[in-house]
Amino acid sequence: MTQSIWRMPRWFHQMGSPKWFYDFGGSLLPWFALAAFVLLTWGIVWGLAFAPADYQQGNSFRIMYVHVPAAILSQSIFLGMAVAGAVGLIWKMKVAFMVARSCIAIGATFTAIALLTGAIWGKPTWGAYWVWDARLTSTLVLLFLYAGVMALNQAISERQIAGKATAILAIVGTINIPIIKYSVEWWNTLHQSSSFTLTAKPSMPADMYLPLLLTVLGSYCLFVLVVLVRTRTQILQTQSGTSWLMQHRDITGA
Amino acid sequence: MYFESLGALWDMAGHGPYVWSSYGLFVALLCLNIWHARSQKMKALKQAKAFVRRNQ
Repeated sequence: MTQSIWRMPRWFHQMGSPKWFYDFGGSLLPWFALAAFVLLTWGIVWGLAFAPADYQQGNSFRIMYVHVPAAILSQSIFLGMAVAGAVGLIWKMKVAFMVARSCIAIGATFTAIALLTGAIWGKPTWGAYWVWDARLTSTLVLLFLYAGVMALNQAISERQIAGKATAILAIVGTINIPIIKYSVEWWNTLHQSSSFTLTAKPSMPADMYLPLLLTVLGSYCLFVLVVLVRTRTQILQTQSGTSWLMQHRDITGA
Repeated sequence: MYFESLGALWDMAGHGPYVWSSYGLFVALLCLNIWHARSQKMKALKQAKAFVRRNQ
């Protein structure tokens, strides 16, 4: 009976097969590329040129359409990386470690974008590029965590051990995610609270929040796209001696 | 369009430099990521093909 708790559906184990992931991931790639391109272009054009200006902040509020998706993704990707790492540790799945590794660079990029666009937005709104505020500081810590995960992952040449070490650091690092999320409630901060949540009706008119929804969804698609490409790259790097890859049409060109 | 002219869109009532640089950073850094992921993939594919040729 105790075993049945750990019995996972078939697709779960299929995902752990490099061959299955390579082919399935390859078939999903063009769709995510298309969705990311369409959603982001649509959201950016709408947000820049068609959304009405904010009655308080004027046009500087348009930075929200790139700042908020970057901030959401920076945290989601870190959580995703920790979950993938945990799956790798529990079920000893190499592909899960590869997925976790693929999350590092894109997650760090979104964090850097959130910090930089936030600093730029801060100047006309608060009068300063940077303040040592709880939200800003905890997001800076997130960037350092990504840097630590990346350094650890690249310092160990044996992939399995690197995957395990990275997974543990990512899991421990998730303690920072609720700190970022609730920083605006726990401490008195300059940073405004969430622009929108999944549960409540947005306080903005549709013309203002729909572009944000588009750039958030587009950013998620772009993240999946990059993770698929990077994981397939790692499969190519580590499976070169296997018969399935040697006979694969991507290699033989047939 | 919300703005009356392309000039007004560019200027954004004085907020132009802040808004445009933010969007520029967003697009540039994400494109850089995609480009890097793609170039690594091409390199790995080339190496895998070379491996197969050597072992045929």
